Amino acid sequence: MKANPQAVSQQRYWALGELTLARLREFYREPEAVFWVYGFPILLVVGLGIAFRNQPVEHIAVDIVDSPQAKSVLESLAKQERFEARVVSSEEARMHLRTGRTALVVEAGASETPTYEYQFDPTRPESVLAEAAVDDALQRAAGRKDVAEVKVEEFNEPGGRYIDFLVPGLLGMSLMGGGLWGVGFVTVDMRIRKLLKRFLATPMRKTDFLGGVMLSRLMFLVPEVLVLLVFARLAFGVVIYGSLLAVTFLILLGAVTFAGLGLLVASRAKTLEAVSGLMNLVMLPMWLLSGIFFSSDRFPQAAQPFIKLLPLTALNNALRAVMQEGASLASQLPEIGLLAAWAVVTFVLALKLFRWV
Amino acid sequence: MTLAIRCQNLVKRYDGRPPVEAVRGLNLEIERGECFGLLGPNGAGKTTTIEILEGLLTPTSGEVEVLGLRWGKADNEIRQRIGISLQETRLSEKLTVLETLRLFRSFYREGPDPRECLAKVSLEEKADARVGKLSGGQKQRLAVACALVGNPELLFLDEPTTGLDPSSRRQLWEIIREVRSAGRTILLTTHYMDEAERLCDRVAIVDHGQVIALGTPRELIASLGGEHVIEFTLACTPTEPIDAALAALPSVSEVRQEDDHWSLSVAEPHIVLPLLMEMLRERQCELTSLTTRHASLEDVFVKLAGRHLDDEPVPA
Ligand SMILES: Nc1ncnc2c1ncn2[C@@H]1O[C@H](COP(=O)(O)OP(=O)(O)O)[C@@H](O)[C@H]1O
Ligand SMILES: [Mg+2]
Repeated sequence: MKANPQAVSQQRYWALGELTLARLREFYREPEAVFWVYGFPILLVVGLGIAFRNQPVEHIAVDIVDSPQAKSVLESLAKQERFEARVVSSEEARMHLRTGRTALVVEAGASETPTYEYQFDPTRPESVLAEAAVDDALQRAAGRKDVAEVKVEEFNEPGGRYIDFLVPGLLGMSLMGGGLWGVGFVTVDMRIRKLLKRFLATPMRKTDFLGGVMLSRLMFLVPEVLVLLVFARLAFGVVIYGSLLAVTFLILLGAVTFAGLGLLVASRAKTLEAVSGLMNLVMLPMWLLSGIFFSSDRFPQAAQPFIKLLPLTALNNALRAVMQEGASLASQLPEIGLLAAWAVVTFVLALKLFRWV
Repeated sequence: MTLAIRCQNLVKRYDGRPPVEAVRGLNLEIERGECFGLLGPNGAGKTTTIEILEGLLTPTSGEVEVLGLRWGKADNEIRQRIGISLQETRLSEKLTVLETLRLFRSFYREGPDPRECLAKVSLEEKADARVGKLSGGQKQRLAVACALVGNPELLFLDEPTTGLDPSSRRQLWEIIREVRSAGRTILLTTHYMDEAERLCDRVAIVDHGQVIALGTPRELIASLGGEHVIEFTLACTPTEPIDAALAALPSVSEVRQEDDHWSLSVAEPHIVLPLLMEMLRERQCELTSLTTRHASLEDVFVKLAGRHLDDEPVPA
């Protein structure tokens, strides 16, 4: 045998590090992926934060049906700036009511003492509000005197607003999406490209591969979470009441759980369509039921046991308790236990089912 | 020293409807230090065979020994000592060439420095280029570098030049020759007869999952009975069959006809040609074309399988 001209070294390379780096590089060199993971939650915060910003109800649109008494009604309402009243024909008023352009229609009766008829949709909160406010104004104008003295103090403390409720939900949502896409989709893509098979043909340790998947996922998380929380803090003054350590722990636990779910979803799928379908199947119930945008308590009692078993419900509830109410980790033990159970079960199943080719 | 590869009665059946018997009782003995080629048309079972030898597929039955070791008993040890390039792998396009090679290097306990390995396949200048920006030939060279980066004793290359342009193919051949001259054993598959002829010390011609011929390219070609081939087409249809007359010509060992195309296996063309001309003149048959060439492994395949290497596979 001829002398091997190539210098061979026993230099140690760190496979886990290289695998993790490879995934990080692949991710950061894909601008679209970066946008969807980091930009999208911010856009959601901005959009929803503005749409649902808690502000005093500024304008109450009221239609007054044209009649000889309409003018006096208009004058009574004009005393308060918040009313936006106009006199219209009765057909127009109905149309406005139907299309939501007015909250309330007032029709004054033609008798000696003032009589009023209110038309509104009792299922619309702003209509109910308008009815109360208009009635109050018209009753006072007709001479009613208040008997009790009332003092009003305005409350707008961070922690209790919609945005404070929303941010933990979005955090949970992005942990779920990131885990499933970042682990599931990417793994199936590697299987399709025969890269998993190529790795299998090397002495690579399978634990290094899985470790790389987990580590890179946890590293993506740092900017993902920071961007969302810092932005929410700066733009909307969303503060975390609980301990940062507790929040960090919940985030890590959530990330591991959803990485396990991602791995399970990806363990057999051979096409991107198959894995996308599976991921949507897994994520859709949680998007709907797990209380991202509104509390999951709103769903019927019968559905609650199922909803409470979903990992995103547990994560969102625990995050909200810690972030909004300053609860301790110990008080969230059931949620933490549930998440840990999901993580263990999905990982064990994924490892059993996983196909390299 | 033990053989590099030994396999006996290898059978692989893919379950399905209908089940496919891709490999049917295949035997191979590959010596250390040789470059061995599996030559056969698409669907012959080359990839299935090589992936069984690589430990990526389990055979339905049969015995396999790689470097004297067995799959299932010493997997990690075998994987440390072999290098592989699959028929199709799409490496991560977003990584650079050097990053890719470092990643593969990190799986092995020993091996060359990734940069030196790039020099072996003439990709030093592309070290920092993204894999996605490489040409087909460059990608294939990177795949070979990934196979070499663990300093393997045994190299498996599945269709290393398929789909490449001629100059890229020659470049890869050069690399493979160098690898071989460094004392490594190579098993490659190909459906290009010129590749097998130029590169391989020994060739097994595979069809329908079986070895139908085995030997050095010279031996296989010599088995045709003549190292030359005379091919011609006629403008007319001979009034009486000329097969027998052609076969009777001295130094002609075989006659084949496809439509109006004739082909003769010949040992000494300078003797046959004048006689052939004479014969055609007597029958007043005009030639539309006439060529002579060296016989190739393709002719061996045609003789044994009755069709060409790049024909569509016929169902067995
Ligand atoms: N995973 C599979 N499932 C079913 N049939 C397969 C599979 N892989 C290959 N085959 C069939 O086995 C035969 C041999 O294929 P292959 O080994 O890829 O041949 P080659 O590499 O020589 O072109 C072909 O008929 C092919 O269709
Ligand atoms: Mg093949």
